[in-house]
Amino acid sequence: MSLSLGIQRRRHGLIAASVLLGLSLALAFGLAATTHAQSLRDDLGRDVRLIRPPRRVITLLPSITETVCALGACDRLVATDRYSDWPAAVRGLPKAGGLDDAEIELIVSLKPDLVILSRSQRITDRLAALGIASFALETDRYADIEHSIDVLGAILGLSERAAQLNSEIAARVRAIGDAARAQHDDHGPSVYFEVDRTPYAAGPSSFIGELLTRLGARNIVTADLGAFPKLNPEYVVRYPPDVIFVSSTDAPSLAERPGWGQLRAVKEQRYCSFPAEVRDTLVRPGPRVAEGMQAIADCLRRVAP
Amino acid sequence: MNWLAACVATTVILTAASLVIGTSSIETSLGWLFTPDAQSAVILWQIRLPRTVGAWAAGALLGLAGAIAQGLFRNPLAEPYLLGTASGAALGVTLSLLGADASIGALAWTTKVGVTGAACVGACAAIALTILLSRGVLQTASLLLSGIVVAFLLSAVTSLLLLTRPDLWRSMQSFLLGSTGFLSWSGAALLGIALVLCIVPAILVSRGLDALSLGEDTAQSLGLSLRMLRLTLLGVLSLATAAAVGQVGIVGFIGLVAPHLVRETLTVNHRQLLIGAPLCGGALLQAADLVSRWIIHPAELPVGAVTAVVGGVYLVLLLWRRSRHD
Repeated sequence: MSLSLGIQRRRHGLIAASVLLGLSLALAFGLAATTHAQSLRDDLGRDVRLIRPPRRVITLLPSITETVCALGACDRLVATDRYSDWPAAVRGLPKAGGLDDAEIELIVSLKPDLVILSRSQRITDRLAALGIASFALETDRYADIEHSIDVLGAILGLSERAAQLNSEIAARVRAIGDAARAQHDDHGPSVYFEVDRTPYAAGPSSFIGELLTRLGARNIVTADLGAFPKLNPEYVVRYPPDVIFVSSTDAPSLAERPGWGQLRAVKEQRYCSFPAEVRDTLVRPGPRVAEGMQAIADCLRRVAP
Repeated sequence: MNWLAACVATTVILTAASLVIGTSSIETSLGWLFTPDAQSAVILWQIRLPRTVGAWAAGALLGLAGAIAQGLFRNPLAEPYLLGTASGAALGVTLSLLGADASIGALAWTTKVGVTGAACVGACAAIALTILLSRGVLQTASLLLSGIVVAFLLSAVTSLLLLTRPDLWRSMQSFLLGSTGFLSWSGAALLGIALVLCIVPAILVSRGLDALSLGEDTAQSLGLSLRMLRLTLLGVLSLATAAAVGQVGIVGFIGLVAPHLVRETLTVNHRQLLIGAPLCGGALLQAADLVSRWIIHPAELPVGAVTAVVGGVYLVLLLWRRSRHD
C-alpha cells in the first residue's frame, strides 16, 4: 500500500513536472509567436489587437491611402475608397465605395487583414460584426498628419520608415514656412480662403488655415468663427484681404458680387486658384502637405502686393 | 385692410433695421449711417439694402405662389414647390456646377446662364414634365401625383450625380437651404420685374379662383374656361417659383405660411389673398433674412433653416389651436 502510494506520488511528481515543462515551453513558444502582436488604441477609443503586420489592407479615406503608400506599403492595398486617386498605383485597385456607403460585400470578399478608415461608427460596427478588423484614424488637422504616419507605421511594421517620413515632412514644411515668412518680415499678406461660393471660408483652425498661418499669412477670418464658417458676404468687404483664394470657376464672377467690385484684391485680380491635383493636397491632411504648402507659398509670392 | 397696412409698416421697419444689422455691431452701423466712408457706403447701399429688398421680393413671389397653389389645388397644405420645381431647380444647379467645374461640352449651356439661370431652367422643365406626365392640367389629383413623381425622380438624378462629386455637396446644400447673401440690385430688380409680371395676371383671374373654390363643376357651370384658368395660374406659379428659387435657392415654408397667416386674420376672397399673401411673405422672408445674418454674426445661418424653424413652429401652433376648437 505504502509502496503503491510512493509510486503514485512519484507519478504525480512526474506529471506535475511534465505539465510545468509543457506550460513553460508553450509560454516560450507563445511569446516567440506573439513578438509582433500589439494592441493599439484607435481614434474611436477602441483597442485594436494585431497579431502581425497586416498584409491585405483596405483604406477608406484618400489621406490614409496616401500615407500607406508614402510609407512604401502600397503593394499591401487590395482596395481603396472611390475617392483615393494618389499615387497612380492605387487607381487600378478595386473601389469599395465611400465612407458612408462602403461596399461591405466587396470588402468581405477581398478578405482584408485590416480596414483603415476615418471615424465612422456605422461601418466599424458592421465590419466588427462580420469579423473584420478595422482601425479608425482622425485626419482633419495638421497635427493629425504626424500622428497618422506614426500609428500607420506601427501597424504596418514600418516604424523606422514612418519616423524618417515624419522628419522629412517636418523639415520641408519648416523650410517652406521660414522662406515665406522671411519675405515679408513677419507681416504677411491678409488672405481670404473661399472653400465654397456660399461663401464658406477656411478659418485659422482648419487644415488650410493652419498652412496659411505657417506661411505667415494673416487670415481675415478670426479663430472664434470656427473651422469653416459660412460668412456674411459683407464680412469680406469690411475686412478687405490682400489676396483671395478662390476656385478658377468662381474667380471671374467675384466682381459681380454686391460690393466686392470695390475690393482692391478684386480690382487687381490678386487671386490664387489651384488645379484639382493641388486642391487635393490642401483638403487631405497627408504626406503631400509640403506640396500643397509650396503651391500656396508660390502663389502668394506671385500675387501678394 | 388694417392688417395689410400692418404688413407694409413691418416691411418699412424691417428695411430700416436691415441697414444696421450685419457683421458690425448696431452702434457701429448707426455711426456709418451718419458719417459714412467709402467702405461703409458700399456695405450699406450695395450690400445690405439690395439684400433686404431682394429678400422681400423673393418672399413676396413665394407668398403669391403659395396662395395660387393652395387655390388651384384646393388644398390648404399646397405650396409652391409642389410641382417638382424645387427638385428641378436643384438638378439645374447641380448640372451647372458640374458643367462649370469639369467643362463638360454637353453642359456648356449651364455655364452661360449661370447658377441662377440653370435653377430657373430646371424649375420650368420640371413643371413641364409634371404637366406632360399628368396629361394636361385638368385633373387635380393627377397633377399632384405627377408632381410628387417628378420631384422624387429628379432628386434621385441629382443625388446620383452628386455621388460622383463629393466636393459639390456643400454648394448644393447651401442652395437647398436657401441664401440671400449675394442678392444685388440687379437680382432685386429681376425679382421685382417677375413680381409685377406674376401679380397682375394673377389678380385678373382671381375671380376664377373664387369660383374654383366652390368646386370644379360649379366653376365650369359659371361659364369659366377651366383650361385657360389653370394654364394661366400654372404659368404664374411657375414663373414666381422659378424666379425666387433662381435668386435665393430653396426657401421653404414662406409659400405655405404666408397665405395661412392672411386667411387666419381676415376673411378674404382670392383678390385680397393674392395681394395679402405677397405682402406677408415679403415681410416674413425679410425678417428671416435679418435673423439669419444677426444671430451668429459675423457668420450667418442659411435663411431656409430659419424659415423652416419659424414655419414649423407656426404650423404646430395652427394644428394645436384647430384641435382645441374642435
